[in-house]
Amino acid sequence: MSAGSEVVQLPHAEESHVAQPHGDQGMNTALLGMMLFIGSEVMFFAGLFAAYFNARAAADQWPPAGLEDVVHLNPIVIIATVILIISSFTMQWGVWRIRKGDRTGLNRAVGVTLLLGIVFLAMQAYDYFLLVSEESFGINSGIYGTLFYTLTGFHGAHVFGGVIGLLVVFGRGIAGQFSARHHIAVEAVSAYWHFVDVVWIALFIVLYILH
Amino acid sequence: MATTTLAPRARPYTSTRARAYEWLTTTDHKKIGVMYMASAFLFFLIGGVYALLIRAELAVPGIQFLEFETYNQLFTLHGTVMIFLFVMPMWTGLANYIVPLQVGAADMAFPRINALSYWMIPVAGLMLFSGYAFGGAANAGWTGYAPLSVRENIGIDLWVGSLVLLGTSSILGAINFIATIFKMRAPGLTLMRMPLFVWNTLVTSVLLLFAVPVLTAGFVMLFIDRNYGGGFFDPALGGNPILWQHIFWFFGHPEVYILILPAFGVVSEILPVFSRKPLFGYKAFVFATASIGALGFSVWAHHMFATGAVYLPFFSFFTFLIAVPTGIKFFNWLATMWGGQLRLSTPMLFAIGFIALFLIGGLDGAFLAVVPFDFHVHDTYWVVSHIHYVLVAGAVFGIFAALYYWWPKITGRMLDERLGKVQWVLLFVGTNVAFFPQHILGLDGMIRRIIDYAPNPGWTELNFLSTIGAFMVGISMLPFMWNVFITQRKPATAGDDPWDANTLEWATTSPPPTYNFEALPPVRSERPLFDLKYGAVEPHAAAVPAARGESHEETRADAPEEFLGEPVEGHEDPDVPGARTTPQVSEHAPDATPREERPKREGGDPAPPTEGRS
Repeated sequence: MSAGSEVVQLPHAEESHVAQPHGDQGMNTALLGMMLFIGSEVMFFAGLFAAYFNARAAADQWPPAGLEDVVHLNPIVIIATVILIISSFTMQWGVWRIRKGDRTGLNRAVGVTLLLGIVFLAMQAYDYFLLVSEESFGINSGIYGTLFYTLTGFHGAHVFGGVIGLLVVFGRGIAGQFSARHHIAVEAVSAYWHFVDVVWIALFIVLYILH
Repeated sequence: MATTTLAPRARPYTSTRARAYEWLTTTDHKKIGVMYMASAFLFFLIGGVYALLIRAELAVPGIQFLEFETYNQLFTLHGTVMIFLFVMPMWTGLANYIVPLQVGAADMAFPRINALSYWMIPVAGLMLFSGYAFGGAANAGWTGYAPLSVRENIGIDLWVGSLVLLGTSSILGAINFIATIFKMRAPGLTLMRMPLFVWNTLVTSVLLLFAVPVLTAGFVMLFIDRNYGGGFFDPALGGNPILWQHIFWFFGHPEVYILILPAFGVVSEILPVFSRKPLFGYKAFVFATASIGALGFSVWAHHMFATGAVYLPFFSFFTFLIAVPTGIKFFNWLATMWGGQLRLSTPMLFAIGFIALFLIGGLDGAFLAVVPFDFHVHDTYWVVSHIHYVLVAGAVFGIFAALYYWWPKITGRMLDERLGKVQWVLLFVGTNVAFFPQHILGLDGMIRRIIDYAPNPGWTELNFLSTIGAFMVGISMLPFMWNVFITQRKPATAGDDPWDANTLEWATTSPPPTYNFEALPPVRSERPLFDLKYGAVEPHAAAVPAARGESHEETRADAPEEFLGEPVEGHEDPDVPGARTTPQVSEHAPDATPREERPKREGGDPAPPTEGRS
């Protein structure tokens, strides 16, 4: 189905459905589900952050002796951070486009976001590679290494999950499945992507600025 | 028995193969609920056999027939199975079946995610028990305290994996319940008219949503420590073993309410029906439930008083504070029964048993909030007694109350009352004989989780008594299983509303059709079916506001026309002509309302009922 063709309006099952009276009021049910899921993910990262501050509060010196300069602001991290923040804006641009019914705009925006997400993951992998090969800094290098790799690794896993979601949205967008009225998957993946971005900003501040 | 018939009966599937395929691929909340309950009951039996093995070993001092290592695995799996594979899935299954019916929905908000949540459970169960095939199941206790859990056998890795799966299942289930309750309620079913089982499921789901991910984070840390040389819980690497306890109990205390709040909901459904009164203090009950949920997140460190690493006055104070909303609930329950026309059917007996025994478990908890007392009984059999008074006398009594109450709705058949009462007596006596002596053993200093104990004066007798009680609890399951077996062979004659109940699930057939309701009664109070049957028209519950100077009929045998709802196109059943149009009220309807229940407008009170009271 191309963007310009006539869309045949099928009758809505919900409209005659006795048991879904609230379906057309307030937040969409699927979006509510995604928001609740994000709420649980916030608690997951809260647990990991709690472990970080617990270890940091108990340590005599932070970062621990011998590891003072291992994790520091370097061009890779700064560029990766900028890329992830930009990707949040491109995602939101896509949401705004499809709300106006612009499918091509949505596909462009999601494509760019997808690309930025993959570049972020590649840069994180390269950063890990440098840390392990040049600094011999691994997950077993004491609590500092454990925390660094657990926090950033689980964030990376969530970015990967977001990339999968973006792939689905991109594929469905290419197939022309979204319209100004029906694009809840775009809204949900967008909310998740913003969440992943916010977690990275918190991680960036804690690991690189406040260290 | 005459019944309220509002929806045609679903047609049965014809071939065995089609039925098996239907069950394996279903997204129907009722079938998923039944599968949840069936697998939970299976795990209950396994966990129960483990408990009997433990009690048999402890019947007399000395080592009887178990190895040290076997014993450690037994009590670890007993706790894990009972909490994560029995009580939690059993409540999820009941809520799966009942909540969409009680809110008048056709299904859960996300039916396929619902099926996914269920199918994680058998996988997780297999993973947990597969430890036996790989050199020993988990053996560090259900709390898995570090550093022991960091060092012990491979079974703990499988335990971690299993519990992460079960946690994911719970989180997805919680999202599903919250979305269902907020988005799928029938017209007129405002939040403050929701049945209390729905309210308690809602609060439970919120607790799950925010507590379980923290435990998942803890399991991730434990797994990294065990397998990748991580240092979260290892002081030599800069970590802290107490961190595990913080994380575990930050989940673990809300978990206590996750296990018990649905039982509060069940009891609050049953007491009004079997007392022929509305629940006393509905709003107070709702706010008490919500505040228990909120306070549940502020008391986790009362499990850690003896570590010396927590601020004792804060956690002691908040633990006492939780007794207040719980006390409100007890007051509501007793006031609901007070002056009611009590029917001592099996569900009611289990509900009353719950109130009596959970009170003991709750008071034990208040004792433990006293810091010096907690120091004295920490890690003794007092704690074992407390958790079993809360979970056996609380959750298990609540579960059986719910099973006996909703069995006719789920199967269309009434469980046998006589066998039910036999089970109740065995379970009630057995629970007390098994767990009350453990209070005394704990005060005396008998330490938990140890295979042997010294033959101190009194200990042998009390332990033997406790073992007898445990076997009584075990035997009490036989009448239940026999009851289920013979009931399933009888014809489905329960009718749609055998208990003369109040809430929407009884307004459809037993069992309900796949789509649940053909038409919904109007909801004008928290007892829509009661209003439909007895036409209670109260000032705040008027379906149509009365004009000035008029008043509604005081009681009605039949619902007026406007109560009947509109038929849905395509849902008419040609085999049952007129089934939808005439609700047949049960034959004992006219005199089932206690006189003092009726609106007190007999004495010529001229004030007409109006919607707005200004």
